[in-house]
Amino acid sequence: MTKIDHVLDASPDVSTREELESAVVRFAGDSGDGMQLTGGQFTQATALAGNDLATFPDFPAEIRAPVGTTFGVSSFQINFGANRIMTSGDDFDVLIAMNPAALKVEMSRLKKGGLLIVDTGTFNDRNLAKAGFEVNPLEDGTVDGFNVVALDVSGMTQEAVKEFDVSKKEALRCKNMWALGFVYWLFGRARKTTQDWLQVKFASKPDIASANIAALNAGHAMAETAEMPNGIHGFHIAAAEISPGLYRTVTGAEALAWGLAKGAELADLDMLFASYPITPASPLLHLLAKMQHLGITTFQAEDEIAAVCAAIGGSYAGSLGVTSSSGPGIALKGEAIGLGLVTELPLIIVNSQRGGPSTGLPTKTEQSDLYQAVYGRNGDSPLVVLSTRSASDCFEVGIEAVRLATKYMTPVMLLTDGYIANAAEPWKIPDLKGYEPFPVKFHKDPEGFHPFLRDDKTLARVWAKPGTPDLLHRIGGIERSYDTGHISYDADNHQKMTDVRRDKINGIANDIPAQTVELGPTSGRICVVGWGSTYGPINRAVDDLLKMGKDVAHIHLRHIWPMPANLGELLAGYEYVLVPEMNDGQLITVLRAEYLIDAHGLNKVSGQPFKIAEIEDAILAVLEG
Amino acid sequence: MNELTPKRTAKDFATDQEVRWCPGCGDYAILRAVQKTLADIDAEPENTVFVSGIGCAARFPYYVETYGFHTIHGRAPAFATGIKLANPELDVWVVGGDGDMLSIGGNHLMHVIRRNVDVQILLFNNEIYGLTKGQASPTSRAGTRSPSTPMGSVDSPVSACGYALGSGARFVARGVDTQQKYLPTILKRAYEHRGASFIEILQNCIVYNDGVFDDITAKPVAADRQVLCEHGKPLVFGANSDKGLRLDPDTLLIEVIEVGEDGPEAAGVLVHNETNHVIAAMLAAMDDDHLPVAVGVIYCNPGDSYGDGVAAMKAAAHKKSDGISLDELMHQGHTWTVD
Repeated sequence: MTKIDHVLDASPDVSTREELESAVVRFAGDSGDGMQLTGGQFTQATALAGNDLATFPDFPAEIRAPVGTTFGVSSFQINFGANRIMTSGDDFDVLIAMNPAALKVEMSRLKKGGLLIVDTGTFNDRNLAKAGFEVNPLEDGTVDGFNVVALDVSGMTQEAVKEFDVSKKEALRCKNMWALGFVYWLFGRARKTTQDWLQVKFASKPDIASANIAALNAGHAMAETAEMPNGIHGFHIAAAEISPGLYRTVTGAEALAWGLAKGAELADLDMLFASYPITPASPLLHLLAKMQHLGITTFQAEDEIAAVCAAIGGSYAGSLGVTSSSGPGIALKGEAIGLGLVTELPLIIVNSQRGGPSTGLPTKTEQSDLYQAVYGRNGDSPLVVLSTRSASDCFEVGIEAVRLATKYMTPVMLLTDGYIANAAEPWKIPDLKGYEPFPVKFHKDPEGFHPFLRDDKTLARVWAKPGTPDLLHRIGGIERSYDTGHISYDADNHQKMTDVRRDKINGIANDIPAQTVELGPTSGRICVVGWGSTYGPINRAVDDLLKMGKDVAHIHLRHIWPMPANLGELLAGYEYVLVPEMNDGQLITVLRAEYLIDAHGLNKVSGQPFKIAEIEDAILAVLEG
Repeated sequence: MNELTPKRTAKDFATDQEVRWCPGCGDYAILRAVQKTLADIDAEPENTVFVSGIGCAARFPYYVETYGFHTIHGRAPAFATGIKLANPELDVWVVGGDGDMLSIGGNHLMHVIRRNVDVQILLFNNEIYGLTKGQASPTSRAGTRSPSTPMGSVDSPVSACGYALGSGARFVARGVDTQQKYLPTILKRAYEHRGASFIEILQNCIVYNDGVFDDITAKPVAADRQVLCEHGKPLVFGANSDKGLRLDPDTLLIEVIEVGEDGPEAAGVLVHNETNHVIAAMLAAMDDDHLPVAVGVIYCNPGDSYGDGVAAMKAAAHKKSDGISLDELMHQGHTWTVD
């Protein structure tokens, strides 16, 4: 075994490189080609280089789809730049296609004149046929519009690792690192973090570690020294102006796990997190399962219903009950959420939305569960609905969910989505000491006690937990008497309890920040109203148009229900309200119903995020129409 | 101070709520037996929780002066699991009927049992849906005529005790609502057992399935149709204890034999060993005309409870974490400073 020394990259000579504002790179290959890991490494190196960035992992629902097929293509996209990056990017500047299927699936979104890197070692008859190419697209003019770098990556990887004790299969598995090394050189990235990471990852298999590092270095050397066709050269993207502080990359699932943990700490509660595996929500369960020394208990229940019921049981017993799922699982939890609502217990339900209805598109992103969150239960059953706009936003929203659930003794639905949960972005690590605690005070006083005693101001009921002397009581799903907490079938009482449940939730509108305008004027021609992960494309589109002097503003909602108290008045100040959503028009219905405004939808359910251009075009169509 | 506190009586475990079961319902007798048991074991009301699903039986928590949670149909075991995970010190009793626990909630019953969550599960089996007015249930005998099965039901019934054993139960008992003397004995055993304790209680629904257990529980036939399982004692029954259960060495099936003058041992009558899973399964399954119905503690073989496992796992998590704080966790991995 030969020891490979780390290669330390000298700062690239910027003068020989083409200066770019930003770039979109997409790594695409077979499910088994390690594209997500490759993308993750490139993200890390790019963050360290000081660029702002956003990523989009896009992978198939099948764990190992048949090799070489179009439906087995797994891709990772990153947009990075010298300015603020708001989205994972529209069309790509660089596409790395590790096989014919990846080329087939992705090439339509490579910019004209974009850089196409292909592994010719995989372009054999068998793979071409699997991808549905009758003729090799590298030879029939299909890729003529691109700047093509056709290299036998497979062959050169095998050559690069031959001195190590690895099988042919293991050698070929290093080709993603070869490609990564090549792209590292293109953008002047340092290899050290990836080399370190490989050493740790394969600590028990030093030959594999060395082979991967050798492949990485070989790809890098190829780019640096080889005579490349079409005058292809390196690029330079200056570091972005980023607010000072300590940074890391974070996914939405990570930020949410930490936010919920921080919220529970601020509430002075232990957390019971009960969940059932479902794509794309499971990472939250995995992350919290590793945090069980922090007052968190995780429980993988037998099904979605048991998960929410266990969480409610946990809240009943004095913990913070949290459950998590995606749309189909949330549907199963509906009845139990209603119980949490009428027994007025704190409960957080996280919905990592995916394409629906039914099984839908498990790994594709969508925001089509807003109706389900706001209205999706039997009876008049209001609860709090919050949404997250980005990975880092999940931290703050997690804390806010705990605050509202415990202060108002209510279930809170927290809407995130598969894109936010899995995408990584740079995050300025917050100072945890800067958060005001909101400790729960359990009821202890037997004087005049019944379980539905309410706070005059918040209308929240008292939280009396089992184990407390002299507060014995029974609660359940049958309507309770407002005055005693006992079962009541009285008609007037049901009206009163329905009213108080509604008023309690509506009152929260006065305990949340007033709605602000993200960008643009506070009244005027057009307002673009969004929620959730459409934040990036809307913000960038509005920013671009403001720079062009257009009269347009961006409002983004975190609080879906109840909505901020000033929202109606704010929206009334614009002539035209445009609501882009990755659904068939859900928030727009709520806005119309609440404020009687003539809002207009821009809707997309293709499983892909909005492109900035799509939103810009929609705004321009109104302005010019 | 404890010795000065007068011990509670069964009445102290009654609430001020009017009991709303039909007059003559077997649930009244079970409620009495449970309240007596709570007094006998000196239960602390504030540390005791009754959890139920939906159905006639599920109204039970409203009538017991402890903490209580009347939840949703079939899911009581899941709520109970959450309660125990949040506070393992609480003594949790789960109450439900045959529809609640074996039909809509059959999945949760299986999992609370196989995890061995330290709760007592009381399944009131009246072989009918009462609260929804008399439809056939998963324990109804084949051919049961009901509003939903006017031609007679075609499903085969599930054996509650057999289901529990198959799910990995470590404590399985069967009682009868009217056996006021013996029922508290079983309930006390269940309370003492660490882990999930499953008790099927045969309960008469006076309105929709009246007399369904008469062939087992009616006074003239009871002695011949029930065999009481007591650990270490021969499995004899009959008015004069003149019949016994024996394992036929050829078929490996249980058969009924006459005890004879020389006594059970000489006749080869089985001595009940409540830790024997194979025999327990046979005893639980006895329900045809040739064999008596087993009552009492059919199986008891304690093992680590779910709570024990969770506590050990959490201790290991603490050790592995090396006390890392949330703040430190958020700083793990690659970080970089922007000046």
